[in-house]
Amino acid sequence: MIAAIDAAQMPLLVIVGYLGLLLVLGVWSSRFSRGTSADYFVVSRSIGPFLLLMSIFGTTMTGFALVGSTGKAYTSGIGVYGLMASWSGLIHSAVFFLIGIKLWAVGKRYGYVTQCEYFRERFESPSLGYLLFPILVLLVIPYLLVGVIAAGKFLQPTTAGAFPELFPHAVKALSGGIPPWLGSLAICLVVLFYVFFGGMRGAVWANAFQTIIFMGTGIIAFWMISTKLGGLAEASRIVAESQTAAPRLAREGSIGHLQFLSYCFIPLSVGMFPHLFQHWLTARSAKSFRLTVIAHPVFIMIVWVPCILIGIWAAGNLGPGANANAVLGRMVGQLVHSPILTGLVGAGVLAAIMSSLDSQFMCIGTMFTNDIVIRRFGNDRFSDKQKILMARGFILLIVAITYALSIYLKDTAHVFDLGVWCFSGFASLFPIAFAAVYWKRTTRAGAISSLVVTTLVWSALFYRDILLKKPGMDDELLIGGMMPVAFIFGASVLTLVVVSLLTQPPSTKTIEKFFDTHPHPEPADGVATK
Amino acid sequence: MKSKNSRLGRKLVWTAVILLAILHHDFWFWDDRRLVLGFMPIGLFYHAMFSIVAACLWALAVKFAWPVRLEEWASEFEEKKPPQKGGRP
Repeated sequence: MIAAIDAAQMPLLVIVGYLGLLLVLGVWSSRFSRGTSADYFVVSRSIGPFLLLMSIFGTTMTGFALVGSTGKAYTSGIGVYGLMASWSGLIHSAVFFLIGIKLWAVGKRYGYVTQCEYFRERFESPSLGYLLFPILVLLVIPYLLVGVIAAGKFLQPTTAGAFPELFPHAVKALSGGIPPWLGSLAICLVVLFYVFFGGMRGAVWANAFQTIIFMGTGIIAFWMISTKLGGLAEASRIVAESQTAAPRLAREGSIGHLQFLSYCFIPLSVGMFPHLFQHWLTARSAKSFRLTVIAHPVFIMIVWVPCILIGIWAAGNLGPGANANAVLGRMVGQLVHSPILTGLVGAGVLAAIMSSLDSQFMCIGTMFTNDIVIRRFGNDRFSDKQKILMARGFILLIVAITYALSIYLKDTAHVFDLGVWCFSGFASLFPIAFAAVYWKRTTRAGAISSLVVTTLVWSALFYRDILLKKPGMDDELLIGGMMPVAFIFGASVLTLVVVSLLTQPPSTKTIEKFFDTHPHPEPADGVATK
Repeated sequence: MKSKNSRLGRKLVWTAVILLAILHHDFWFWDDRRLVLGFMPIGLFYHAMFSIVAACLWALAVKFAWPVRLEEWASEFEEKKPPQKGGRP
């Protein structure tokens, strides 16, 4: 039967089969629903350590981690790992430990399901919720774009040759492949389907499943590519002996010291991702976080090291000038000659992309329902069915905007750079989350001012770097050699602290509500506690 | 699981986190193109090891700096909460 199918169409068939499995998973997970809103939004706070690790990791790793990192390593070399992966290993876990567990506790104690609900009450300000909602949505859109563009750009070379007459292309390696507009659309529709059916449970299960798939297929792809290049040593030797590619083996000339240092701000973004906030709230207990905190850096390493190596090997094999977003797809398409394996690897990359998109779609709908509709009109104004329809309608609207932007930006915006911009925005909001949890003196005015200043500075710089960028302009925007996030973050902190100190502190009632103000005896050094 | 949670343990763990963050800036391998094990650029190898050390450090943090009272604080309010209404959003 396999012989009867055109070999060039086999990768596409494998990918379609995988997408079909996800649809089944979505329908199946909906059968476990307990029928309550708490179950739909936060899986009744029932997720244990393993599922929490897999779903949080799957959500954190997106097209940025696979397609973006490979493309960026192709253009900038091995330093990309230090810029993002090793910083993230240290800082993501720190944020899970310092912020995630605390917010989980507050969420469980008071029944929150979105960030806006928490910040609104912590800062005694209903208007803060209305202000934060559009800003979070504004920042989630570039994150969605990363996934949507990466999916389309990856599918085209992976399925090249499947339909040569239907989708011809001037570049042979892309000819006959599913064009980005169609690939991106198909991925959006599949994710929408299982999120609409399964709610957060569907997203968590799909994330765990997809994380296993993309980690497994990533290792297979790495092994296949290195074997085709003559082995690990031979693949790197080709790079070392290539005049144009050899600089990718180090950082000199590719990445500046201040740029490298200022990337440390970027991973702080996980402290403000609304979709990650929602995942934290699904945890059964604080102890469920332990495995995530410990294993996250190693999981990042398992995914990123092969991608970086494939990226620098691509510099030695594809030569300069290839589209960075398409590098991984081209390496897989050209070197992995087994159509079934090519399809499996393709499914793995799409799994990484979709495992973030689902949580983002879900959180957008959750925020709209809880922070706008219910907040504005009350819980009893609309039936459950109407609320579901409104949430889904809002998700569809945002996905449509994202899809239109992806068509416009797919040839100019680098997936990696776009991801960095999105993370920069969320990272610059991190001081508000940190202060909310640890600084009792933070005031409503301080939080609102910081939010407004961050948004204005981020928007201006994003517009200049991404929306005004012309094809061929590949350099990242640096200010004084540093990443813009350093300045946006600085403006956020400064505004938060100064305005908070100049305005009236929050009420004692609020402080007692959110801080464990009762004294507890410290265990003596070395005393074992439960 | 028993965790030895103490003030000293917490201080040591957070000091180690700061130290590791400083060690992230490996300027000494900046222009070094040597390959470790014949295929891994040394700068990449260093940062891969950095990730493993970070995981070990977080294991220590979980053991010695875990917020043991937090779970209790999160749950103590539960019985006072009104029951949640059924139905999807």
